[in-house]
Amino acid sequence: MATTALDQPHAHAAHAEKTGLWSWLTTVDHKRIGILYGATAFFFFLLGGIEALIIRIQLARPDNNFISPETYNQLFTMHGTTMIFLAIMPLSSMLFNYLIPLMIGARDVAFPRLNAFSYWVFLLGGLFLNASFLFGAAPDTGWYGYANLTSRQFSAGPNVDFWNMGLQVLGVASLAAAVNFFVTIVNMRAPGMTMMRMPMFVWMSFITQILLLLAFPVIAVALILLMFDRFFGTHFFIPAGGGDPLLWQHFFWVFGHPEVYILILPAFGVVSEVLPVFSRKPLFGYAAMVFSGVFIAFLGFGVWSHHMFTTGMGPIADTFFSLSTMLIAIPTGVKIFNWMGTMWFGSLQFRTPMYFAVAFIAMFIIGGLSGVMHASPPADLQQNDTYFIVAHFHYVLFGGSIFALTAGAYYWWPKMFGRMLDERLGKVHFWLMLLGFNLTFFPMHFVGLNGMPRRTYTYPAELGFTALNQIETAGSLLLGLAFLVFLINVVRTSRGPRNALADPWNGATLEWAIPSPPPEWNFERVPVVDGRDPLWEEKRKNGGRLPEPVAGTGAGIHLPNPSYWPLVTAVGVTAVFIGILESPRWGPWGIIVAVALLLFGLYSWLFEKGYSEFRTPSHGGH
Amino acid sequence: MTDHAHALETSTGLDSRKLAIWTFIGSECMFFATLISNYLVHKGKSLVGPFAHEVWKDPATGKVFEPIIEIPLVTVGTALLLFSSLFIVLALYGAQKGNRKMLIGWLAATILCGMFFVGMQVYEFTHFVHKGLTLSRNMFGASFFVLTGFHGTHVTIGVIWLFTMFILALRGKLTPNRSLNLEMAALYWHFVDVVWIVIFPVVYLIR
Repeated sequence: MATTALDQPHAHAAHAEKTGLWSWLTTVDHKRIGILYGATAFFFFLLGGIEALIIRIQLARPDNNFISPETYNQLFTMHGTTMIFLAIMPLSSMLFNYLIPLMIGARDVAFPRLNAFSYWVFLLGGLFLNASFLFGAAPDTGWYGYANLTSRQFSAGPNVDFWNMGLQVLGVASLAAAVNFFVTIVNMRAPGMTMMRMPMFVWMSFITQILLLLAFPVIAVALILLMFDRFFGTHFFIPAGGGDPLLWQHFFWVFGHPEVYILILPAFGVVSEVLPVFSRKPLFGYAAMVFSGVFIAFLGFGVWSHHMFTTGMGPIADTFFSLSTMLIAIPTGVKIFNWMGTMWFGSLQFRTPMYFAVAFIAMFIIGGLSGVMHASPPADLQQNDTYFIVAHFHYVLFGGSIFALTAGAYYWWPKMFGRMLDERLGKVHFWLMLLGFNLTFFPMHFVGLNGMPRRTYTYPAELGFTALNQIETAGSLLLGLAFLVFLINVVRTSRGPRNALADPWNGATLEWAIPSPPPEWNFERVPVVDGRDPLWEEKRKNGGRLPEPVAGTGAGIHLPNPSYWPLVTAVGVTAVFIGILESPRWGPWGIIVAVALLLFGLYSWLFEKGYSEFRTPSHGGH
Repeated sequence: MTDHAHALETSTGLDSRKLAIWTFIGSECMFFATLISNYLVHKGKSLVGPFAHEVWKDPATGKVFEPIIEIPLVTVGTALLLFSSLFIVLALYGAQKGNRKMLIGWLAATILCGMFFVGMQVYEFTHFVHKGLTLSRNMFGASFFVLTGFHGTHVTIGVIWLFTMFILALRGKLTPNRSLNLEMAALYWHFVDVVWIVIFPVVYLIR
């Protein structure tokens, strides 16, 4: 039988479950790394949420001075940066990590230590970015840090540098993870799992990795150029020296627009897994779903200037970017109709994940419609930099990504932790979130069209924005409450027994064929796949439900050894950027020490016992 | 983890590490595409000299700045870098065939070419600074140093990588069934060369 590289028979004893802090610091198990990603990202999500609530309290009254304008700038910048880079992206990474190997029938990702490295770099990058609060120097130039607001002349403090270096560190994590998952999906599929049999979540994740690989280098270079402007006296974005501030916008959005698909495509994948299972029907139009995802990603690189209509690019550029943007509505529409086609005549089961998935479709349509509106340059000239835009992207990122990710959380929770989240609390969570979300963001369409500018710390009473803003603030408090209910659900569930079935939802994909939570080696035997919904197929052949899988001992299965070198190397990477940040004070020495640490970690990693073919393996298994 | 026997067991038949290097190179293409775009966008936007190809007279002091680029020196560096791509193919062939002499000899030649290129660049950079071209002087200086500097950093990393391979080869650890380790370094090395094939005409030859 053709099998994956990890399916080598080795003379190993049974694996004992590893516990304790050290086992988490050195873990290379994709499931544990997934849980680490999820916990960290949820922490940052709450942090970003608190930032949003402070913003809403400030805007609850006209001429309010609950916080200073400077603090307000820091809060909206950190709210955006946190939610994009530290919450939604890593929440997707949690699902990539946990699910991709399980769904394709693999025992781990292609490079388990690189996977651990990605997580540690992400964690350190997130902490680095937020450490700016401790110095009272949180980034304050907006999440897209437009030039020349970010120049030394207009931002003398280290705020922009924290943002710049923080994003560089996070970029390293994303790129390392993207290489890993790309290779995993291409190369680690179980026998019979052809590309066109992969679960839709894996397909959307695959496209996301390609977007990450192609978009992140662009922002990396832009941030490097900004660093040179701020530290080494160049004038790339400074007009006084012959530079071009608009170039920043181009670079940023060549990255930034694919980035929004990086945020939404995994959500599409989640919904495409949840809807068929709770409709008791296969996904409608599988191939159309795959190709519309590919088409969205492709077009995503050709629409960046629709973020820049107000810069005066001229009629030809405006027309091109307007048309290419409107074109994206076609593949997106295909997806929406296919999701509805999946539910059509299905025997719908309204469990909590299904609630969130259906709401996702509705909310995402609203966000999509306002998106098509400002794809038109004349409309955009009116809407740009108003709360209308804020309403739009919260409908696609909160109404879209967060609703879908929450659906995924409820759906895969039993698989990850062996415990079912409470249905009733889940539905309370849902209704509070749906109501709170719409109360918060729907009125923003109106205040936006009436001219309320975003990123302004207050507004005078005479403009008549007060009532709607108060509704928005009330809605945001409901949203906070919704996630409090979720937390209560999690705490209550974690006190209950670990009794979730392997397949509580009657799922179609491979992860439901193994115990909940799965053993460290995932599959006792690497599965052989002969269709798109392998588990449904097997149940049909079996004439109903499958017997509950028994956890084996994992004897004879080779697992990668735990390693702390990814953590050491990640500290090295982060230290390099701290060294650059502090270079005005420490000179080159901080950077030199950091690079030495990085090289030490990297070489120890490459020649680690038990991994390297150049060293005698410690377990004698090779 | 990955000797040749394992490579056959992946979905594509390709070794995962080789696929990873190709993936990384794909990503690096966008890195250099952005840097080269940055150079082209700022081309001709310098407010003061010295310039790459034209003479410039400072109107304040009357000092004359000659064109700064010296094509012959860089051409030698370019030629050696391109030849090194051939050398590493020969080194890899030696590794695959178990020909130790070929492996060590050609690998050493590759590393020497890489080191010469980096040395050439260090000389060129110092020379430019002496002639008054710095990062902050003008747009040409800024975009030139950043573009060629990042390429030079890639060459340096390549030299360190190849030197690691050289030590392994000397200790007899780069056996034919482990030659993939050298092949990965070679793929990266070829990529760094190919990028220079774009940078050299864009920066030095096109006026």
